[in-house]
Amino acid sequence: MYLADRAAPTAAATARGPGRGRAPAVSSVVLALGAVSLVTDISSEMVTAVLPLYLVTGLGLSPLGFGTLDGVYNGVSALVQLTGGHLADRIRSHKLIAGLGYGLSALCKPLLLFAKSLGPLGVVLALERTGKGLRTSPRDALISLSTPPERRGRAFGVHRAMDTTGAVLGPMTAFLILRAATDGYDAVFGVSSCVAVLGVLVLVLFVPGRGRLSADGDGTDPGAAPARTDLREALRLLRVPRLRALAGCAVLLGLTTVSDAFVYLLLQHRAGIPEEFFPLLPLGTSAVFLLLAVPAGVLADRIGRRVVFLAGHAGLLAAYGLLLWAPGTPALPYAVLALHGTFYAATDGVLPAAVADVVPAHLRGSGLALVGTGQALARFCCSLAFGAAWTAWGDGRALFASAAGLLVCAALAAVVLRPGEKTA
Amino acid sequence: MSERHAEGPAETVAVERVPMSTARRLLILGIAVLLLAGLGTGFVLHAASRAADRNKPRAGGPAVAAGTVSLTRTGQVAFVNAAHGPYRGRVTTVPAGAPGGTRTASTLDCARFYAAAGTGVCLRSGLGVLARTGKAVITDAALHTRRTFPLAGVPSRARVSPSGRLAAWTVFVGGESYGAAFFSTRTSILDTRTWHLLPNLEDFAITLAGQPYHAVDTNIWGVTFASDDDTFYATLATAGKTHLVKGSITRRTLTDTGVQNVECPSLSPDGTRVAFKKRVLAGASLWHEYVLDLRTLRQTPLAEHRSVDDQATWLDNDTLAYALPTQGDTTSTDLWTVPADGTGTPHLLLPGASSPAPL
Repeated sequence: MYLADRAAPTAAATARGPGRGRAPAVSSVVLALGAVSLVTDISSEMVTAVLPLYLVTGLGLSPLGFGTLDGVYNGVSALVQLTGGHLADRIRSHKLIAGLGYGLSALCKPLLLFAKSLGPLGVVLALERTGKGLRTSPRDALISLSTPPERRGRAFGVHRAMDTTGAVLGPMTAFLILRAATDGYDAVFGVSSCVAVLGVLVLVLFVPGRGRLSADGDGTDPGAAPARTDLREALRLLRVPRLRALAGCAVLLGLTTVSDAFVYLLLQHRAGIPEEFFPLLPLGTSAVFLLLAVPAGVLADRIGRRVVFLAGHAGLLAAYGLLLWAPGTPALPYAVLALHGTFYAATDGVLPAAVADVVPAHLRGSGLALVGTGQALARFCCSLAFGAAWTAWGDGRALFASAAGLLVCAALAAVVLRPGEKTA
Repeated sequence: MSERHAEGPAETVAVERVPMSTARRLLILGIAVLLLAGLGTGFVLHAASRAADRNKPRAGGPAVAAGTVSLTRTGQVAFVNAAHGPYRGRVTTVPAGAPGGTRTASTLDCARFYAAAGTGVCLRSGLGVLARTGKAVITDAALHTRRTFPLAGVPSRARVSPSGRLAAWTVFVGGESYGAAFFSTRTSILDTRTWHLLPNLEDFAITLAGQPYHAVDTNIWGVTFASDDDTFYATLATAGKTHLVKGSITRRTLTDTGVQNVECPSLSPDGTRVAFKKRVLAGASLWHEYVLDLRTLRQTPLAEHRSVDDQATWLDNDTLAYALPTQGDTTSTDLWTVPADGTGTPHLLLPGASSPAPL
């Protein structure tokens, strides 16, 4: 079967080497999508950064309980991602569905100007995240379809680095605006809307549509694709052993990946971070993520996705270990954040690159959505379980349990994902 | 490198449809960037001019003059001035007997303020390059800074014990990372004599319904001090419920009083009653102000029928003051008073003001 060729991508990568021919190291489609994500993330993070301030000082609301909607919404978001990925395959236009996703999120930004209480605000933010859920898989499908297999690690790395750059620039932009205009939350939302529109426009102008992707990414030859892409066909993906292995590992590892919020709380609890540095912790992770995303992706192309993916989780395990040990050194928070950022750099783009290798082009969106959704739901379950464990046992033992779980799951993944297994 | 790639789309596009040329696409993008940049600049300029406007006095607004504010001058009410004009956001006083008189504005800027017995606590919110910053400023009676403490989030509540020795503040923390919309409160208590800071009341030993209790979702806010400089009351929220808890600083304990649905408690000067806001409907941001008799646990609804989202202040043993949003102006609040026994009607005390503290 066609898929068997893709089962051992690393062999192909090492054989051909990365600098083949005169093709650019990263395709223009990837750069365009990276630019779209960068711009869109600036827009979204502008809003996220000022939201607590806006709720409390701008609207005089208490943001407590704002997170309650979050739990319910996680399930919906997962379904949206699956739908987005599959729909894009079905109508054979990843660009259209991704565009709808970006468009929906962009539409939500000006709506923020009119939502003055928690209910409507919650709805607008939920819609914003629906857009995010909708676009994620088609966008990753586009990245993979426009890149030859042996360069996908790099391509996803470049995209994630650009995406994370936007996430860092967003808050800076928002605070600049608030400094120029005291209480100018409407200006922040207005500028955020403009930036979001720009993101959609870059997508429309510079990302090729249906059947017009680069010849390298096995997404070119529409004639090769079967005539129909339906739900049954997509469900048949679950019978692909290599994909099943990847999805299973993503879920298993997701179940032991403590959410960012908890990592920062743990760091504060166990390392005694001064109050004023707490808001800076996510930036530490982002900085390392954006610096290492490309090298990690290139490395994944050279030595194999599996090794880098597992090494990323080893980094996370080391971060857990450091948090458990909690040595009284000022270097502790830096080390933990560096490991946390490395974990993201080595896994966030590498997993879709690995998934793309085993999913045929006409089902790419569905396959990516399947793994992405599985991972997201698993992480959500982990959050709930971790919260409960923290309550019942305290943070140390909850973390120990997660670390033990991660060790077992990573070992299992190392076995399940071992290369050379012929799956045809 | 990017210049080389800019040519990419034209090269890689298949021939089935004639694509727009790269030059034309860049032109469209350029025009759009200009238009959107213009629009964005417009938004910022509009907001900036509105902010400047708020710093100009408005006709019919209260008279405010710069002057010397002393926290030990009795018969005054201190508050944060929210009236339009150059003294917006300043700690200000006005004679309690003549609230319509000229306000005296200090040079101290605060988002939230409270004072008692010559000690002031001023919560300030600022913006760094990468993240928000915040400070709790402890002042002496002349509003000079004695010491500052960093805040982990957005200022919410502030209190000083009747003796002026202890200060407490609550901030909202969270909402920093994409998709992780978690919000929590953090409440700290400071001893201004020893400068010992208890950064997080969640570290206290909690007893709920007679049982030791600990949960990650615990949030504590709205401290109000008794006159012994040890006992305090606060709201403890966990598992979707809010409890009135009684705390002891020396024992590091928080013990449930058995009364639920109590937020932002405020202890009366005689120590017998607690004013608080009670959520009217689960999930809705609607609160009604009540007074709880600590001996009989009887709750009396007050004559204020609008939703109060504030930690009320006792001006004396019979009167409560609290902030309500100014009608038609979301950026300002007014201070109202209502009798503490459930009788009477609300009265407008100070338009354009928040954070009342009787001196």
